Amino acid sequence: MAQIKSPEELEKIRQEVSTQRDPNRPCISICAGSSCLASGAGEVIAAFKAEIEKQGLKADVDTKAAGCPGLCEKAPIVVIYPQKICYVQVTPEDVPEIISQTVVGKKVIERLIYTDPNTGEKAAHEDEIPFFQKQMRLLIGDNMKIDPKSIEDYMAAGGYSALNKVMRDMSAEQVIEEVSKADLRGRSGSGFPAGFKWESCRKSKGDNTKYVICNCHEGDPGAFADRRLLEANPHLIVEGMIIGSYAIGACEAYIFVGDEFPQTVENARLAIEQAEKYGLLGKDILGSGFDLTMEVCIDGGGYVLGESTALMASMEGRIGEPRMKYDHGTDRGLWAKPTVLNNLQTWANVPLIINQGADSFAAIGTEKSKGTRIFSLSGKIKNTGMVEVPMGMTLREVIFDIGGGIPGDKKFKALQVGGPMGGFIPENLLDLHVDFEELNAAGLAMGPGLVVADEDTCIVDMVIYHLNFLANESCGKCTPCREGLKQMLRILNNITEGKGKESDIELLELISEVQQDAALCALGQGASGPLLSTLKHFRDEYEAHIKEKRCPGGVCKALIETLSETSA
Amino acid sequence: MGVVTLTIDNKEVKAEEGMTVLEAAQSAGIYIPTLCHHEKLETYTACRICMVEVESRGRVRLDTACSHPVANDMVVKTRSEKINKIRKTLLELMLAHAPDSAILQEMAEEYGADKGRFEKESSFCIHCALCVRYCAEVKKKNAIGFVNSGTKREISFVPEIASQECWKCKECFPLCPTEALQAAYVLAGALTFPVAPFELR
Repeated sequence: MAQIKSPEELEKIRQEVSTQRDPNRPCISICAGSSCLASGAGEVIAAFKAEIEKQGLKADVDTKAAGCPGLCEKAPIVVIYPQKICYVQVTPEDVPEIISQTVVGKKVIERLIYTDPNTGEKAAHEDEIPFFQKQMRLLIGDNMKIDPKSIEDYMAAGGYSALNKVMRDMSAEQVIEEVSKADLRGRSGSGFPAGFKWESCRKSKGDNTKYVICNCHEGDPGAFADRRLLEANPHLIVEGMIIGSYAIGACEAYIFVGDEFPQTVENARLAIEQAEKYGLLGKDILGSGFDLTMEVCIDGGGYVLGESTALMASMEGRIGEPRMKYDHGTDRGLWAKPTVLNNLQTWANVPLIINQGADSFAAIGTEKSKGTRIFSLSGKIKNTGMVEVPMGMTLREVIFDIGGGIPGDKKFKALQVGGPMGGFIPENLLDLHVDFEELNAAGLAMGPGLVVADEDTCIVDMVIYHLNFLANESCGKCTPCREGLKQMLRILNNITEGKGKESDIELLELISEVQQDAALCALGQGASGPLLSTLKHFRDEYEAHIKEKRCPGGVCKALIETLSETSA
Repeated sequence: MGVVTLTIDNKEVKAEEGMTVLEAAQSAGIYIPTLCHHEKLETYTACRICMVEVESRGRVRLDTACSHPVANDMVVKTRSEKINKIRKTLLELMLAHAPDSAILQEMAEEYGADKGRFEKESSFCIHCALCVRYCAEVKKKNAIGFVNSGTKREISFVPEIASQECWKCKECFPLCPTEALQAAYVLAGALTFPVAPFELR
């Protein structure tokens, strides 16, 4: 393919790609996301190809290995276009029937369509499924139409039109103004205004060499929204980052992602390669004189690398440990050059803002939190998967209306918001809205993962799990984090073994306080999150373990045995 | 370099721009406790014992004196209820490793830290990294480093380097704030069992 030299040429190619496609031509779209592939989507894709060949339909029907639409619980997902008939948990054995009945015969196969786990109602079309219906899928809505390995698919779905608009009509300052006006805030959970960060970096006098980083580290247990989005639609991120780099004046951009997500890494690398071939990356992009290179940077694997200073240290080839900083990253970041580090979801919103305009973006959400938020739902929830909801939706709606609630008639016990350093909330706080300020005020952070625990969960045991995670993932450099976690775990393990003392809770609170005040980085300062939130909302469970030697979740083995011995 | 004026414990202190709060305090004869700090080594900020309260541009924050740069009109408090509580707890956490360390005991007395507060830990090491950093930064040998991370982190000699370098040096031994024999013990372990140095100890 030829290098594109101007916005006009890009527009022409985008038009060509779109007009070449007949919207009424049958296309079988199979989700090729990690969850679906793990559930056998690879075999389903092969079976479709073989069956189409066998029935002599190759000239009339397309197949597509598409990006993840989010309903991972029902993997593998297949959508038949143009009717948008959605089949769930499809196996290779279903394939001949789908071809003859649905693709050729235009009939819906009842047994393969989605059944609502709560109402038993069936939904044949993608947009009738309550899981999708109740979301606002501005960023992930097209995933099933896009093969993540095809830049043409992305263009056909409207991709790179924002870049075109920027290069044709907008100055760097105008882009920043638009992003500021849209009030786009950092999706890492911090909620830091992206426009302000970009402007600080653009104006930084430190150096003319500037860098842009996309943080897709996402190490939280149970969280998979960021890496899934990058895997499903890598060009969305690439486009957002090119626009951002142009606005900031950066010459190099990096996507920081873990090697443990090979599919994500592969798709991101391929997207960069394709963008380079089209001339959307490299020298003199679209004839604007703006140069940018982009690269995928594989992280070292530790959770703490999600912290900005540790992330940059790791990229520089040093030990991935946080350090004290007295300069902003926008003045002295990567290799001491001005750097903008934004979360993957922050970058994902950029093309949307440029295309729809700041006002229409800012019309979504609450007073101070605009746009949508992509969460991953996991744990004891019926619809495990990736969801996109408007800011301002209540957590109850996310968990029960979209997530479908708790499987197996079990009762809800706790929701973890904001990863292992966030907190756990009980049912009466589920009416909190998805909003930076509201969640922060409740001691939570807007992390990408929502994890549900049901009544069979022991809160103390769950906190031990997360503290163990942090104890392993901490770098171990500073005293309060390393020694504090060690002692917290020792005390908590004693509690679950029936050796808890009444003074333990006070001691746990003291260690937490010192950790928050004195730890070197955000990991240590936030490590007590699960502990403090559960001491606040589930204190009775700790007391049951300590005073009554009883585990309300029926999990702690030592306490169950003690109880049966005494009753026997 | 310009000169800045700041207040440390109600005393007006003049310091050179680029100095840390610790350096400014030391130049004015004000004592701030330190454990992982060493003049010959790069700032490390790991032990957190030098935490002070810094008020600058209307904002009060807790930070390590060994790293915080001085600024004009900055107000520093080296002692407060909060700081005493932090230092006391940090000392108690470290005393679980090295209850007999002279320097820790001295500080414990000052802050009323109870060495029996937490259950005894198996190693003497408080991870100040003085030995590790001295070997890397001053001697440039890297014969000793950290292995593992998080709560499992510990110091370990690299047998291949240690067997060549350490006999004639041993300069890191007296740097240790907890137990001078700590490094010697780890070194002996590394040289005796060079194949699987960590698992066998």
